[in-house]
Amino acid sequence: MASDKVKTFTDSNFGTETSKGLVLVDFWAEWCAPCRRLAPTVDALASDYDGRVTVAKMNVDENPEVPGNYAIRGIPTLLLFKDGNLAETIVGLQSKEDIAAKIERHL
Amino acid sequence: MAEHRVVIIGSGPAGLTAALYTARANLKPLLIEGLEAGGQLMLTTMVENWPGFREGIMGPDLMAEMRAQSERFGAEIIQGDVLKVDLGQRPFPMTLADGRPVHADALIIATGASARWLDIGSDRKLSGHGVSTCATCDGYFFRGKPIAVVGGGDSAMEEAVYLTRFASKVIVIHRRDTLRASKIMQDKAFANPKIEFMWDSEIASVNDVEKGEVTGVTVRNLKTDALTEVPLDGVFIAIGHTPNTTLFKGQIELDANGYIVTRDGSRTSVPGVFAAGDVQDHIYRQAITAAGSGCMAAIDAERFLEGLPGHAAESAPAAAAH
Repeated sequence: MASDKVKTFTDSNFGTETSKGLVLVDFWAEWCAPCRRLAPTVDALASDYDGRVTVAKMNVDENPEVPGNYAIRGIPTLLLFKDGNLAETIVGLQSKEDIAAKIERHL
Repeated sequence: MAEHRVVIIGSGPAGLTAALYTARANLKPLLIEGLEAGGQLMLTTMVENWPGFREGIMGPDLMAEMRAQSERFGAEIIQGDVLKVDLGQRPFPMTLADGRPVHADALIIATGASARWLDIGSDRKLSGHGVSTCATCDGYFFRGKPIAVVGGGDSAMEEAVYLTRFASKVIVIHRRDTLRASKIMQDKAFANPKIEFMWDSEIASVNDVEKGEVTGVTVRNLKTDALTEVPLDGVFIAIGHTPNTTLFKGQIELDANGYIVTRDGSRTSVPGVFAAGDVQDHIYRQAITAAGSGCMAAIDAERFLEGLPGHAAESAPAAAAH
């Protein structure tokens, strides 16, 4: 159901995909109810910031390495990267407006 | 400007039951879900005490059913959060987070309660990095690792037992030397070989904020004041809930703990405003009592609307008569 504007990252392509520009990564899993709640928000952000921010999802079940590197021990967690550097960490369910405000700081 | 006869804020069992009843009374309710849509049951697994399901039902499935049932009778459910509400004028004006204005002749508050944190600073800072208030969300990250559960009530014991599926060891840290949990939950916890207890204890700090992940906790013994360092990977907090009433502060009567005060059923201190579920109940806090009070709020709101000038002629038959 994810919007086609939302990319899918894996442990193997994460480094290259996040190296340039603003990239928002949604760490999620099938069994995580709050993650399902956040999914439409992530889709909406992908449309709103199309061309300005890359929005991607990363399944923590299938990709243990990157979540481990960023000490992610709870989902949903959104990480915002600017040119490969971690710029914002957003933990738990947040409103679209709050997430957008954090993105705007780095645009 | 969208004007509605009934607006319901919150989408747990209380809100959705209020939506079902007001929808069946032809009041075309608007339900605003809120951020934690579906409420606390969305974070549970098997619900074994919802009457009518002898084998139990999964919390998220139960909420999906309730939602679909209220929609079937015409309830309008929208995503989003209420940012502002003015209970000083009628119809009650409110603003949603996306800027949308909504007006309501009658308002049902079912905003529930959210998990409490320790409020020692370090727990919040390490949220998502080893500190959690949701075992079903985050237990997975602690496979084969030692963790702690803070609290001594039913939810603490439930979380502790659930987390033994993943963790190598679960240490329950509790302020007293006995549990507040029900006998059945205590027995389950005591019988579990992976669960240990630290009595008369509280967490002084969660470490290590500088490293950005949980490496352990500093535990204070409340009788001796002695501090103990306990190395572990995760901390789950289950010390109860705080009512979600910030939006209404100063506009409606709240008790000392921030719960909405209800009288004569679901009536609040403001005529036309009704409250249901955990936002007004710190005693029972069950899905079934929340649903029951949601039904009460719907019937109370319906009677209130019948009494409003200009609305009597168009008002629908009483829900209570069905």
